[in-house]
Amino acid sequence: MKTLEEIHIIRENKRRELDLRVNTKADTREKHILVCHGTGCTSSKSPEILENFRRILKEKNIKNVRVIKTGCFGLCAKGPIVIIRPEDTFYAMVTPEDCEEIIDTHIVKGEIVERLLCKDIDGKKVKALDELNFYKKQKRIALKNCGVINPEDIDEYIAFNGYKALEKVLKEMTPEEVVDVVSKSGLRGRGGAGFPTGKKWELTKSAKGEQKYVVCNADEGDPGAFMDRSILEGDPHTVLEAMTIAGFTIGANKGYIYVRAEYPIAVKRLDIAIKQARDYGLLGKNIFDSGFDFDIEIRLGAGAFVCGEETALLESIEGKRGQPRVKPPYPANAGLWGKPTLINNVETYANITQIILNGFEWYSSIGTEKSKGTKVFALGGNVNNIGLVEVPMGTTLREIVYDIGGGIPNGRDFKAAQTGGPSGGCIPKEHLDTPIDYESLKEIGSMMGSGGLIVMDDTKCMVSLAKFYLEFTVSESCGKCTPCRIGTKRMLEILERLCNGEGEESDIYRLETLAKNIQKASICGLGQSAPNPVISTLNYFREEFKEHAIDKACRTAECKALAKIGIDEEKCKGCGLCQKHCPVNAIIGEGRDKRRIDQSLCIKCGTCIATCPFHAIV
Amino acid sequence: MEKENKQCDCKKERDLFLENLFQEYLPEKDNLIQMLNEIQEHYGYVPMHVQKELSEYLKIPMAEIYGVVTFYSRFSLEPQGKYKISVCLGTACFVKGSQKIMDRLTDRLKIEPGQTTKDGLFTIEQTRCVGACGLAPVFTVNGEVYGKASVQKLDKVLDELINKEKQTS
Amino acid sequence: MEENIVTLTIDGETVKAKKGTTILQAAKQAGIDIPTLCFLKDINEVGDCRMCIVEVEGRRGFATSCIQTVEEGMVVHTHTPNVLEARRTVLDLIISNHAKDCLTCTRSGNCELQTLATKFNVLHVEYPGEMTKHKIDDKSPALVRDFNKCILCRRCVATCKNVQGIGAIDCINRGFESCISTVGDHSLNDVNCTFCGQCIEACPTGALHEKETIKEAWAKLKDPDTYVIAQTAPSIRVALGEEFGMEIGTNVEGKMVTALKRLGFNKVFDTNTGADFTIMEEANEFVERFKKVNELPMMTSCCPGWVRYIEENYPELLPHLSSCKSPHQMFGALIKSYYAKKENIDPNKIYVISIMPCVAKKFEAIRPEMQTQGLYDVDNVITTRELSRMIKQANIEFTKLEDSKFDVPMGEATGAAAIFGTTGGVMEAALRTAQDILTGEDLEKIEFKAVRGGKGIKKATVNIAGKEIKVVAASGLKNARTILEEIKSGKADYQFVEIMACPGGCIMGGGQPIKSAKTRSEVDVRKLRANALYSIDEKSTIRKSHENPILQKIYKDYLGKPGGELAHKLLHTHYEKREKYNFET
Repeated sequence: MKTLEEIHIIRENKRRELDLRVNTKADTREKHILVCHGTGCTSSKSPEILENFRRILKEKNIKNVRVIKTGCFGLCAKGPIVIIRPEDTFYAMVTPEDCEEIIDTHIVKGEIVERLLCKDIDGKKVKALDELNFYKKQKRIALKNCGVINPEDIDEYIAFNGYKALEKVLKEMTPEEVVDVVSKSGLRGRGGAGFPTGKKWELTKSAKGEQKYVVCNADEGDPGAFMDRSILEGDPHTVLEAMTIAGFTIGANKGYIYVRAEYPIAVKRLDIAIKQARDYGLLGKNIFDSGFDFDIEIRLGAGAFVCGEETALLESIEGKRGQPRVKPPYPANAGLWGKPTLINNVETYANITQIILNGFEWYSSIGTEKSKGTKVFALGGNVNNIGLVEVPMGTTLREIVYDIGGGIPNGRDFKAAQTGGPSGGCIPKEHLDTPIDYESLKEIGSMMGSGGLIVMDDTKCMVSLAKFYLEFTVSESCGKCTPCRIGTKRMLEILERLCNGEGEESDIYRLETLAKNIQKASICGLGQSAPNPVISTLNYFREEFKEHAIDKACRTAECKALAKIGIDEEKCKGCGLCQKHCPVNAIIGEGRDKRRIDQSLCIKCGTCIATCPFHAIV
Repeated sequence: MEKENKQCDCKKERDLFLENLFQEYLPEKDNLIQMLNEIQEHYGYVPMHVQKELSEYLKIPMAEIYGVVTFYSRFSLEPQGKYKISVCLGTACFVKGSQKIMDRLTDRLKIEPGQTTKDGLFTIEQTRCVGACGLAPVFTVNGEVYGKASVQKLDKVLDELINKEKQTS
Repeated sequence: MEENIVTLTIDGETVKAKKGTTILQAAKQAGIDIPTLCFLKDINEVGDCRMCIVEVEGRRGFATSCIQTVEEGMVVHTHTPNVLEARRTVLDLIISNHAKDCLTCTRSGNCELQTLATKFNVLHVEYPGEMTKHKIDDKSPALVRDFNKCILCRRCVATCKNVQGIGAIDCINRGFESCISTVGDHSLNDVNCTFCGQCIEACPTGALHEKETIKEAWAKLKDPDTYVIAQTAPSIRVALGEEFGMEIGTNVEGKMVTALKRLGFNKVFDTNTGADFTIMEEANEFVERFKKVNELPMMTSCCPGWVRYIEENYPELLPHLSSCKSPHQMFGALIKSYYAKKENIDPNKIYVISIMPCVAKKFEAIRPEMQTQGLYDVDNVITTRELSRMIKQANIEFTKLEDSKFDVPMGEATGAAAIFGTTGGVMEAALRTAQDILTGEDLEKIEFKAVRGGKGIKKATVNIAGKEIKVVAASGLKNARTILEEIKSGKADYQFVEIMACPGGCIMGGGQPIKSAKTRSEVDVRKLRANALYSIDEKSTIRKSHENPILQKIYKDYLGKPGGELAHKLLHTHYEKREKYNFET
C-alpha cells in the first residue's frame, strides 16, 4: 500500500529519472536501450535481443546503460525494433547477433551503426524515430506510452502522469462531472459502432441497481487488427486506471477485462499490472482514502469472434456459449447477470485518462465535427509500412496509405482498402481522399470498425475477397439466429459458385437480396454487418462479379478455376524471376529466353503474377 | 456429427491437476470457461472424463459443458499432434497469400484444418491473426512464428520435422 | 387512464395493453397473429428464429415482437413489404436446411413449419445449399431424435434445461454446424434423459417423436391365439378427442372404449381400476410409515420419468420412494394373475397394451423388475397419439362413434382414480383413503383443493385424526429437484410428497396430443384437461379408492391384505441407483 504522498514522490523521482525517454536533450549520462516486446517483435526474437544486450553489457562491465522492454512502437514491418535514448536512434530489423556491434559502436564509441538504420520509403536512411514519414502524421494519445515505458513496471507508468487522473477524479470530481467531461470530449466507442461514450456512462450511471459492473472488451477478433493488443501489451495500467474511473462514475466496485487467450503477452502484462496496482492500493479497498473500492478480474476468451459483441461477451463471462442477446434491453440496464453494466473497448478506455487530465476542450479540438480525437489503425496488407498507426480523425485514407504507409510495394496500384474487417467494407480508389471518421466511412459503405485497415493492390480479386470475409463470418457465426446461421452460409455458397465458374448472372441478384435481408433480420452486429463486405464489393466492383458469373473469368487469376495464366511475350524480358518463385516448376525457358507456362503443371497459384517486375504475366 | 469417442490415456482417477483446479475455483458456473482454458492447456484437449468431473463439480449438465467446449475454437475434444502447425488466415496474411501455404499444408499432410494426422505427429489449425502482421504471411509450429513464409519455407520446415521424427524412430 | 396501461397502434388498430406486454401478445389482443417458430410462451422467449420480426416506426432495424415490450405511442407494422420479404427469406433459409420429406413425417399436418410454408406458399427454395446431416437416434425405448428435421428453435432445450432442470440436450457446435444434441452426440438412452418426453411436446417439427410400437400392436390384434387387452390411463379420455378435432378437455371415454373394441381388443379395461389399487397400497404404506415415522416423507412412485430421475440424481433418497408399482403395471400384473386365473386364460397368451399419455412408460414396462414369473406385466405401451393413429388407420370415424362402457370386471373405477392424471390428484386420492384408514371412519371431506391447480409446487397441511400431516405435490422435474434438495438438507418438514415429471401431471404428458405454440399461448391446455378429470371425479358415485367394489372383491378373494405377501409380490417393486451417463469416457 502506498499513500498518496508516496505515489507523488514516486512520480516525481521516476519522472526525473526517465526524462531521457522523451527528451533528447535530457541532462543525463545514462542511456536506455529500448527493445520492442510487442507480439510482432517478440515473434522475431526480441527477447533474445534483450538478453544479449544485458549479457554483453555485463560482460563488458558497462555502467549507466539500462535495457528496457517496451510495448509496440508501431512500425512492425521493420521489427525487431531497438531504440536508444535519449538520442532517439532508431534501429530496424535488429538480430540478436547485432547487439554486440550496437554496444561497441553506439554505446561505447558514440557512433551510429549505419547499416541498421531504417530506410524510409524515399530510400533515405533515418536516424531518429520522429524523422520517419511513418510517424510524422501520427498523433499518439491512446498509444502515448507504448514504446516509451516498461509496461511491467508501475513506477514507469506513474512517472508519466499515471494514476493522476484517478486521483483527480476521486479527490476533486463528482460522478456527474466525470460524465460531463467524457460527454463533452466527444469520445465515441472505438470498438466499431461509435456510440458516444459519455452517453453510455450516463445511461449506466443512472440505471437502477445496487450492483453494477464495468467491463473492458479486449476480445479483439477482427482478423488483421491488433490495436487493443498493443495497448494492453504496451500500457496496461492506462486501461486499469480508466476502468477504475468508470467504476467510480457509474457506481460499480467490480470490473472484468475479457481478453483473448490467444494474447498471452497481453494477459501476462495485465496480470502483472493488476497485482502491482493492488500492491500500491490503486485497486482494492478505499482507493486514495476516498472510501471507494474497486477491483478488476481478467476473464479469458476461448476463441470466438462473436464474443467481441457486447452481449455475447457478457454471456461468455457468465460461463456460457457466447451467443448474443436481443437488444433492448441494453447492457447499461441489464448486463452481466442482469445488472447494469458498462462495456467499453480497450482503445476507448485508453483515451479516458488523457481526457480527464487535459480537459475535454483539448480532446474535442482534435478530429472532425462529429468524430473527435484519434483512431488507432492496424495497417496491413499490400502496403510498405505495415504496423500500428494512430491518427487524428479526419485524416484521409490517402495520407494513411501513402504518407504513413509508404504506398504499395512492388510498383503495384492501389485497388481498395478494407476497414472494419469482416463487418466493414472496401474503399476503392475514388474514395482515397475521404477523411476518415465514423460518418464518412458509413456513407461510402464501410465502417470504422475496431481499426483494421487492410490495403489491397491490383492483384487482388474482389469476389474472392468477399468470399474470404464470408468464410470468416460463417466459421464465426454463433448459430443462434437463422439469417446469420444459414444465410451467411448460403451467401458463401453463392460466392464459391462464382469463384469456381459455376455461377450465373442471377446469383448476383440472389446474393444482393439475401445480403440485404440478413442485414435487417439478424440479432446482433455480427450478423447485421456480415453482408457488408459483399455489398460494398458489389457496389464498387460489380464488373468483376459479372465477369465471374457470365464470362467465367477472374481478371487477377486468384480464382484458380477461372484463371488463365499466360505470359505476354512482348513484355517478358526473360529475367526468370517467375521461374524461380514457381512452386511447381511449371515455367519453361532458360537464360534470357522468354518464359512459357506449362499449363499441365500450373496450379494457378498466381505467385508468378505477383513476382513479375514487368507485369508480363496475366 | 459423428465423432468417434477416443479413449484418453490420462488416468481415470482424479489426478492431482484436477484436485488443484477444484481447489483454485469455487463451484460457480461462471468459472466454467476459465477452468476449461486451464484443462485445455494442461491436457492439450478436454477429455470426456474431465467434462464429467466438471459437470459434477459445477453442477452443470454434461450437454451444456459439451456445448461450451464445442462452441469455442480454443477447446478441442481430441488430443493434439506433437507438432501443431497453425497458418494465419488473418486478413493481412491472407492478402499476402497465406491460403496457398494452408493449401500446401493440407495437401501434404492429407488432413483438414482442425485434424490430426493418424501417427499423432501433426495437427493443422487455422488461426486469425497471431499479431505478427509485419511478418505476413506467417505460420507457427508449436507457437514458434515463421514469418515472411512461402510454400518453399513450409516445405523446408515440414521436411526437417519429418526427417527428425524418422531419425528418432 | 390506468398508469400501467399503454396505448399503441398495430397495423392501424389501436391497442391498449398492460406495460410489460410483448408486441406479440398485444397484437394477439387485436386479432393479429404474428408468425413465430422459436417462441414458446414462458419457456422459450429468445427471438432466435426471426419469424416474428416487425417494424416499429422510428426504430432502426426490426423489433423482435416475441421479446420486446410495448411502449406508449408505439406504431407497429407487422406486414410491410420489408417485413414480409425478410420473413420470407428467413423461412426460406430454415426450409433450405430442413429435410423436406413431409410425406414421411410424423408431424405432417401438425407441423408449425409446414403451416408457415403453406401460409407463405413456398413453392421452391430460393437459397438451396448444403444441409447439415445427422444420424437418427432411436436407441432408447421411448424417444426418437431425427435432427435432420430440427430447425434450431431450441424449444426442446429450454424445456429440458429450464423447465425440467435436466439438460440432457443442448446446443452444440457453432454457426452452420450448430445442432441440438447430447454430450458427445450419444443416444438419449445413454445420457441423463428421463424420457419425460416434454421435448416432443415442445418441438414444432418432426425432429422429436415417440418410438412408435403400433406395428406390434396390430400384429397381436390380428393374431387369433393372442388375447389382447387394452387398458387406458386416466388422461387419455380427456385428450384423445383433440386428435379428431374435438375441443380441448372433452371427455371421450365412451367413444374411446367403442373405438378400442372396434380395433379388435378382446377386452378393454380401465387403468383407473389399477389406480385404485395403487391408492390402496400406497395409502396403507404411507399410514405404516407415518405411524412408525419411518423414511418420511414418503414419495409417490407412479411416474416413471420421475423414478428414473431420482434413481439417476438422488439415489441416496430412494428409500423415501414408495415401493408401489404404477397403476398400469399393477393392473397388468393383476390381469395376468387374478384375471387370467378367473377367466381361465393362459397368461402366456395374454398381451396387455397400455395406452398412456407418456413415453417414459414405454421404458418402465421393460424394466426387468416389472415381471412376474417371467412375464412382463405390460407387453406394449402406446401413447395417446399412437392410439389416434390406429383409430384413423382402422378407418373409424371417431367423432361419430356411439359410447360404450369398459368391460367388467376390471373396468370399474372411482373418482379418486380419475384425478390421478393431474398434479395433486394422486395426493388427493391417497389422502381420501389414508384419512379413512387413520380415523377408521368414512369421512365426508374428500376434496383437498390446496393440492389442486397448475402451480409447480403446492404445499398443504391436512388434519387427520388430530394429527397434522404436511403434504406437497410438485410437478415438473425442476420443482422435484427443489423438494429433493429440501429433503436432503433436512429442511423438509412434510410427510407425504407427490411428484409428477411433467408440468401439470400426466394430462400434459409427453405422449399426449401436441399443441402448437400458438394454442399453448392462447389456451391453458392443462387447466381444460384437468377440469375434465375433476368433473369425472365429481360425477362419480364412488370417490374413494378403497370403496371400489371390484377392488374390495379382489383383495378379499385373491390378494389378501394391502401390503400383504401376494400384494407385495404383484404390486410392489424396487429401485436402484442408475448412472446418469452410460458411455465410456
